[in-house]
Amino acid sequence: MSDVSPITGVRRVALDVWRLRDDFPALHQDVHGVPLVYLDSAATSLKPQVVIDAVTEVYGRDCANIHRAVHLLSQRATARFEAAREKVRAFVNAARSTEVIFTRGTTEAINLVAQSWGRAHLGEDDEVLLTELEHHSNIVPWQILCQQTGATLVVVPMTDEGEILRETFEQKLSERTKVVALAHVSNALGTVLPVKELAALAHDRGAVVVVDGAQAVSHAEVDVQALDCDFYAFSGHKLYGPSGIGVLYGKEKLLEAMPPYQGGGDMIRSVTFEETIYNDLPYKFEAGTPNIAGAIGLGAAIDYFTSFDQRGVHAHERAVLDYATDALQSVPGVRLIGTAPGKAAVLSFLMEAAHPHDIGTIVDAEGVAIRTGHHCAQPVMEHFGVAATARASLGMYNTLEDVDALVRALHKVQELFG
Amino acid sequence: MDLRELYQEVILDHGKNPRNHRFPDPHNREGRGYNPLCGDRIMLRLQLDGDTISDVGFIGQGCAISQASCSTMTEAIKGKTVAEAEALFGKFHKMVTVDDASATDLDSLGKLAVFAGVREFPMRVKCATLGWHTLNQALHQGEGEVRTE
Repeated sequence: MSDVSPITGVRRVALDVWRLRDDFPALHQDVHGVPLVYLDSAATSLKPQVVIDAVTEVYGRDCANIHRAVHLLSQRATARFEAAREKVRAFVNAARSTEVIFTRGTTEAINLVAQSWGRAHLGEDDEVLLTELEHHSNIVPWQILCQQTGATLVVVPMTDEGEILRETFEQKLSERTKVVALAHVSNALGTVLPVKELAALAHDRGAVVVVDGAQAVSHAEVDVQALDCDFYAFSGHKLYGPSGIGVLYGKEKLLEAMPPYQGGGDMIRSVTFEETIYNDLPYKFEAGTPNIAGAIGLGAAIDYFTSFDQRGVHAHERAVLDYATDALQSVPGVRLIGTAPGKAAVLSFLMEAAHPHDIGTIVDAEGVAIRTGHHCAQPVMEHFGVAATARASLGMYNTLEDVDALVRALHKVQELFG
Repeated sequence: MDLRELYQEVILDHGKNPRNHRFPDPHNREGRGYNPLCGDRIMLRLQLDGDTISDVGFIGQGCAISQASCSTMTEAIKGKTVAEAEALFGKFHKMVTVDDASATDLDSLGKLAVFAGVREFPMRVKCATLGWHTLNQALHQGEGEVRTE
């Protein structure tokens, strides 16, 4: 790869992508007889060997339940699990590790807030404010909450570029707004929302701010104290970590006052049939044996990811995104969906000649893995009047050559359907 | 992987220019098909005179496979009895889902045999069968919407 993008002239940063690609075993395989080009990291990112090794080591050596037995294996597993929590704390810059709750993923984290905080605080006169570009996992939990409490769901519309404007947001905020739930980065469009600014507006009205960070953690700087959000949710598997593990960050004051989400082991201090005394944070929200290997694997993923200069990672992805934006538009009949300035790592597009599903099948035959469909964001599809889009999304391991492979594959689509 | 196996000329042609892409007048049966995963939609209407499908048409949107399959289906079943149409669906379904290519008598499927390549693309079977499932619903007057996903 040259040092300068031939399209943008952006000088490449000191991130040795070709070297780090060696860390990801899944990248080095043939599919349909051709080398894999993986452009679906918004669905799930591939895993570096150190993450796979960490998970294997948990099951192969430190295989024990945590917070329980006095034996050595349990001590090791507990220490590694709690060390992973501290890595997460540092990664999102939470004030204390008791504010970091392990969940199954972003979805469970949002459901936790909706059911625990939401049911305790919302009533018929209240409003839940969302944006039009949310993933279903940041819509449906709030719809369920509204059905349960009689609260009203209010939606901030986006522009045709896929932006959420401050003025539009302000118009929808009201004295009734009790909670604002918004994505940090849109999974379908790549839009980066001005979370800090919007959170400040929401706080002025006394609303609680819940951020879906699933797409943001690997592409944007996440500092929960700087953003001043009340809750921040993300998944391990989009941060080069295992699936089935995620995180809910919450401000201690709010978490302390919230009732448990699920009951069971580990979340209690003492149980009699008359009364149960709940455990302290964060365990109050971690009923049952957690995904121990998943949490430790996520810790390894954070170690790996943060071993690179974050500005370098972001600049590299920006360079590949800029190159891809120009390159895709050079293919006849391609229309990009979602063109917000400063967007991250996602290219949703349509082709005049072919339906997204046909595009997906044809580029797959060329070894290029992209996502096709509604991306669990049907309101976004509705906004643009389409049933589905094709979506290429980037990870830190993607190169300009990956983009070239996609473009070559799209020319095949054009040949077949044009 | 040879994409031409899947995207045969007939499929590309019917995908771009679906036949019977209108509603028959009169009609006495209707079916609605929807694949929520990819958003493919089909509304199929037909006129059943006694046991014979005397006219059939559809309006739909979606990928080339789903629309071409529905288009060729309407051509194949027009004038056929319900039993004949159902027998065709049985053969078609077998052709796109059963691993053993020799298990299906392709000759008896006529133009529909161009979908034989779908068998190699398991993710696309639901696209190829959406129209047929919709027909099934129309013939049996099922409630609501038939879904393949």
